[in-house]
Amino acid sequence: MSEIKQEAFSGNAAFGSSPNKRMLSRRARDNLMGYLFLSPWLIGFVVFLLLPMVASLVLSFTDYNIFSDPEWVGWGNFERMFFEDPRYWRSVKATLYFVFTAVPLRLIVALAVALMLNRGTRLVGLYRAAYYAPSIVGSSVAVAVMWRQLFGGDGLINFLLTSIGIHSDLRWLGNPKTAIWTLIILAAWQFGSPMLIFLAGLKQIPQELYEAASIDGANEQTKFGRITLPMLSPIILFNLVMQTISGFLIFTQAYLVTNGRPLDTTLFYALYLYRRAFEDHQFGYGSAMAWIILMVIALFTFLIFRSSPYWVFYETGED
Amino acid sequence: MSTTYTTSQPAGGTRTSKLLRRIGYHLLLLTTCFVMIYPILWMLASSFKEEQEIWANMASLIPTAPTLHNYVDGWRGFSSSLTFTTFYLNSFIYAGVGTLARVASSALVAYAFSRIRFWGRDFWFGIMMLTMMLPFQIVLIPQYILFNQLGWVNTFLPLLVPRFFGEAFFIFMAVQFMRGIPQELTDAAEIDGCNRIGTFTRIMLPLVRPVLITSGIFSFYWLWDDFFTPLIYLSDPKLYTVSLAIRAFADGSSDTNWGAIFAMSTLSLVPVIVIFFAFQRYLVEGIATTGLKG
Repeated sequence: MSEIKQEAFSGNAAFGSSPNKRMLSRRARDNLMGYLFLSPWLIGFVVFLLLPMVASLVLSFTDYNIFSDPEWVGWGNFERMFFEDPRYWRSVKATLYFVFTAVPLRLIVALAVALMLNRGTRLVGLYRAAYYAPSIVGSSVAVAVMWRQLFGGDGLINFLLTSIGIHSDLRWLGNPKTAIWTLIILAAWQFGSPMLIFLAGLKQIPQELYEAASIDGANEQTKFGRITLPMLSPIILFNLVMQTISGFLIFTQAYLVTNGRPLDTTLFYALYLYRRAFEDHQFGYGSAMAWIILMVIALFTFLIFRSSPYWVFYETGED
Repeated sequence: MSTTYTTSQPAGGTRTSKLLRRIGYHLLLLTTCFVMIYPILWMLASSFKEEQEIWANMASLIPTAPTLHNYVDGWRGFSSSLTFTTFYLNSFIYAGVGTLARVASSALVAYAFSRIRFWGRDFWFGIMMLTMMLPFQIVLIPQYILFNQLGWVNTFLPLLVPRFFGEAFFIFMAVQFMRGIPQELTDAAEIDGCNRIGTFTRIMLPLVRPVLITSGIFSFYWLWDDFFTPLIYLSDPKLYTVSLAIRAFADGSSDTNWGAIFAMSTLSLVPVIVIFFAFQRYLVEGIATTGLKG
């Protein structure tokens, strides 16, 4: 507490000449007003986040179906999850498969399109809007419903394939090999946000670097490898972290397009968690699952950041 | 003389090859654009086709005999008393009220973070930034239990009440923007005897309108598209949002009326598409700047 007061005094050192009493009251008033303006978030944080997080942690050690009182089971939920629930592992497998395919695919497409659009064409606004359009509509139920039709047995994809001479009546959504890929393509199709972020990043790269490289006789490939990629790497890192987090939590599109079928090949983690909690009313088990995914996401984020010194380039000041 | 001749020759060659390359570039971009938005255009076209044409003439983007039949059919919804009028009304309440509440409360909080020096400010800001990384699944179940105990399930309260408490992403966006507003402007107002609340409403709010618009668009768009929260809390069809209604419609029993589903799906995209094109500049800047500063 004394530390805080000290800080208050030193903070107002510039007004050293004014009387102490006034300084303190100004400080107090700032604190009062600060917390008044902060209060919506602070109350929301405690009521809708902090307390629920604590509750979720406690619940993860119980059996709770909302109709009767929670029953303490210790590590029971976690033991069941890891050793007695093959479906849990199928959901882990599906999720990892999705994260390791959809996220890189989406980022590569986003970067490739951003590079193409960065050539300084006058139509850039138009193209940008067109490429962003799928991302604007992509998370809607409408597109999910449409996707189900596209990849259905008598859907548009088969129709187009047949009309160009490749006869196909494959049920893309019913085949364990292809079902997950319909969702990966749906995810890659919505590369708009990372593309915009890449585009903004590309604009920040000083043009002189390229000019200097040209004078030194560097070709396009060298410029890309030695200038564009390193200069863009902090943004790649940002996009990678954000997309990985959202990849782990894919729900709506999976729920609507395949709903875990076939043979649990698209039973993603968040989807399984939803079923356990809201369909089977196993709120304890669901909470335990939520804590595990939180830790897995934290771990992956940590690993990505730990790897960053090896591939992310930060400008070091003036030289 | 001979030197000028030899240098001008390759220059002419580059000009044609440059032109060719530019044509190729635009062709490539246009083709990929078309492939990208083809499914959306296809759904739009199908919504104007007669039922048998949807299947017979599947790939075409131009209906031979355009009809509004599907829209009329689709709008009827589940029964005479439960049409899409209800669902649109519900969606507009959720996205509209939710957005207003969210943007207003976030601006208030952002003002505290960017302009008032109070004890613990940096600590709380750090905590707030951390909450953005949290998967909402972690609080989903306890929140549901809480709202269930309050008797709020099957009302709009669980969807709307939490929006009045600010949203980390929008607070962050507004803080970034407010930090760019010259300190002198707000200082001057205070010297003139304006109190904090007056400075906020009369000086700050008008100055940060662009960021309020950007957050408003994002928020409306996310809430309009939100499927999960309504799915969890609303099971009474009278409370269905457009998303829930379309999903119920598409999952409906035997003969699915695809024409009507396409019509209602297309219609549900209209608000977000209109907003996107009307405010494109704000959106693009919003994504680019928050992404970079994140």
